[in-house]
Amino acid sequence: MATHHSRSAARLMMAPAVVLLLGWMLVPLTMTLYFSFKKYLPLRGGDLGWVGFDNYVRFVSSSAFWPSVLTTLTLVGGVLLITVVLGVVLAILLNQPMWGQGMVRILVIAPFFVMPTVSALVWKNMFMDPNYGLLAHLWEFFGAQPVEWLSQASLPSIVMIVSWQWLPFATLILLTAIQSLDSEQLEAAEMDGAPAHKRFAFITLPHLGRAITVVILIQTIFLLSIFAEIFVTTGGAFGTKTLTYLIFQRVLESQNVGLGSAGGVYAIILANIIAIFLMRIVGKNLAK
Amino acid sequence: MGHIKLSQVSKRFGEVEVIPPLDLTIADGEFTVFVGPSGCGKSTLLRLIAGLEDVSAGHIEIDGADTTHVPPAKRGLAMVFQSYALYPHMSVKKNIAFPMRMAGVPLEEQERRISAAAEALNLTDYLDRRPGQLSGGQRQRVAIGRAIVREPQAFLFDEPLSNLDAALRVGMRMEIAELHKKLKTTMIYVTHDQVEAMTMADKIVVLRAGVIEQVGSPLELYHAPCNEFVAGFIGSPKMNLIKGAEAQKHGAATIGIRPEHVDVSASEGLWKATVGVAEHLGSDTFLHIHGVPGCDPLTVRVDGELPVKHGDEIFLTPQLEKLHRFDAQGLRVA
Amino acid sequence: MARAVTQQRKIINTTLAWGVGLLIFFPILWTILTSFKTEAQAIADPPIFLGFDWTLENYAAVMERSNYSRFLWNSIIIAGGSTLLGILIAVPAAWSMAFVPSKRTKDILLWMLSTKMLPAVGVLYPIYLICIQFGILDSKIALVIILMLINLPIIVWMLYTYFKEIPGEILEAARMDGASLKEEVLYVLTPMAIPGIASTVLLNVILAWNEAFWTLNLTAAKAAPLTAFIASYSSPEGLFYAKLSAASTMAIAPILILGWFSQKQLVSGLTFGAVK
Repeated sequence: MATHHSRSAARLMMAPAVVLLLGWMLVPLTMTLYFSFKKYLPLRGGDLGWVGFDNYVRFVSSSAFWPSVLTTLTLVGGVLLITVVLGVVLAILLNQPMWGQGMVRILVIAPFFVMPTVSALVWKNMFMDPNYGLLAHLWEFFGAQPVEWLSQASLPSIVMIVSWQWLPFATLILLTAIQSLDSEQLEAAEMDGAPAHKRFAFITLPHLGRAITVVILIQTIFLLSIFAEIFVTTGGAFGTKTLTYLIFQRVLESQNVGLGSAGGVYAIILANIIAIFLMRIVGKNLAK
Repeated sequence: MGHIKLSQVSKRFGEVEVIPPLDLTIADGEFTVFVGPSGCGKSTLLRLIAGLEDVSAGHIEIDGADTTHVPPAKRGLAMVFQSYALYPHMSVKKNIAFPMRMAGVPLEEQERRISAAAEALNLTDYLDRRPGQLSGGQRQRVAIGRAIVREPQAFLFDEPLSNLDAALRVGMRMEIAELHKKLKTTMIYVTHDQVEAMTMADKIVVLRAGVIEQVGSPLELYHAPCNEFVAGFIGSPKMNLIKGAEAQKHGAATIGIRPEHVDVSASEGLWKATVGVAEHLGSDTFLHIHGVPGCDPLTVRVDGELPVKHGDEIFLTPQLEKLHRFDAQGLRVA
Repeated sequence: MARAVTQQRKIINTTLAWGVGLLIFFPILWTILTSFKTEAQAIADPPIFLGFDWTLENYAAVMERSNYSRFLWNSIIIAGGSTLLGILIAVPAAWSMAFVPSKRTKDILLWMLSTKMLPAVGVLYPIYLICIQFGILDSKIALVIILMLINLPIIVWMLYTYFKEIPGEILEAARMDGASLKEEVLYVLTPMAIPGIASTVLLNVILAWNEAFWTLNLTAAKAAPLTAFIASYSSPEGLFYAKLSAASTMAIAPILILGWFSQKQLVSGLTFGAVK
């Protein structure tokens, strides 16, 4: 394996992937940094010169900034919490002996394959609509006043939709992990007199630690850039404006590229803070 | 044919020198075993000969030609790996045929060699199976078959039996030894098991920390280990090493006596001691003795019929002509 | 655990699991059912579950309203093209990282994954400008390249995981057996790697098919795939439940079926080998 010849060949084979990703990271990043120091309004005069840190100050001092950060964190945190907790419960349930396990797995994983625009539209219209939605019918059936989900409880509604999309992923990964748990460990604990809930807390849960880390890492990567679900349902209204969506509005709706770019830099910083934090855990956890 | 010569060969991984410069000659047709504790560099040495690792310095000659920088495939060697390294997607037959296919051997010749190898290795009924459907011993035979058909200058074995269970290991040991008697090809065999080394080898190379401690025939190493390490490593049960006053009586820092070279008596002897655990194997009994100054426990091998049990008091006398003496550096004193 | 499970417990488990499974699947089921209703039945109060007049009129209406086959074609080209391109670039990289690892291999892998955390929106405008510059705005080629780049880290990592499971001794054996590098890759490595490559391809087709940021923002009439097709139904004039359901079913059916067939391989791949 480790001959000199194979080493240099290996470098060569890695080069395209590394160079492409480096370019994909650096080129747009440099441009974003460049625009962020400019007053740049494509439809109203274009490049209007350097403005220093003006855009950065304006973006942060805008009344929408901190709420959007909070919305982002609530959305990501809420979905992670729901999917991990329910995922563990479901994984344990699906690991029990039963009839038609394969079929149930197919039912459970289905939402993962549904494109975000479809799931957002279906939930918005056919379930959460206050007049015709299925949930409204359900509420009326029990004599309750139908909820206007996407305006009265907009953020929780979106958290719910996104959780529905990601629960299958969490469940199946955790199920795979549970299936790899050595049953002798559980039997030993049983012999040692540990009741079921303690066996779960001291053996099953620690065994799942690694799988939970993976679920959190991968979901965070995708959740930070949630877009279509908000675009289709509320369009960023009713307190569902995430940082991503706020920047999107600055760039495309108000056509203020300078301001949006400054926002982009903030988003990159936020993502990096989370990334460093996550990579630490993951790097440690994957190192074996 | 398969004469292999290493001159001043060394290997370093970064800053770590795993094998300091060493010289070694392996004669044509010899069955050579590299033995040593894990991490002693025996596998690395084998991989250097195979060409799977580059040497850091020195030269390797095979059959008189310098092969230091020749790629593995061109060295005319065949290797059997610890994990067998069979190709899982090919049938047994295709696995065995693979090296010949690579070398462009004509098809009829391939067929002839495959059936000969299958015959010799009891694989005829399994030629169409995949490796996944075979037992450990059968996989091992396929790996050997794949090596045989190449008709190599030398065979290299990297701990080939360590994944087998004890009974199978003894059987395969015999088969490999017989194969060598039949083919008379040079074989280099790496193991950490000194029993395998003793039973199979023409020549044993004992390694420790990348350094060759001693080279010799099994009985040479048994009768005249050149230092304490070899003395303790070769032989089963291990040689008893006694330090202190008892050793000084013989003008040495340490004396060694093998368990089978201690006489036992119920009434008289040099040392009076107590039997700890007695392991009854039937043919022999191994006694672990407490109370001998400078060595606790001391192991003694006695006849299986001897009526001894835990707690008995007995007398021991080492056979003086079989005593090994070592100096303070652990080297043999003649 | 090799212990007899009481029949009763098994019945409870089965009921519970099927209940939860159907609950999770219900939105999809409901969508499919609704797609076969008339518009009036779709919004009937109380809702009709199965006892409606099955009709295909919604599918006909959707086909008439928009050119479904063109959106579908765009989706296929974009998802397939970006995956194929990604595989071509990732296979050599993953191969070398798995079989000739260096001290930096792990760092490179983590760095690659971290590029996935760069918020797309932060670089939307620059990418937009670059696309205009090269004249590839609203073109399939732009999306093929961009989706390839955003999924490349995942492809590399998945392949790396699969390749790592191929024992190095087998490749060494091939080398000892006289195989050249080409023969080693052709006869030994590729056949052993095909299952892993296949599930990587599947997962990335799914990810690319469902990607809904770049596809919505960089396409208009020409290159829009199914994500954009369906997004057009969010505008008020499209608010007919039965037609919306028909369009949704048409958008998700191909990938849903593909996903069901390959769910087992998908899960093991997506954990990056961290969960066995």
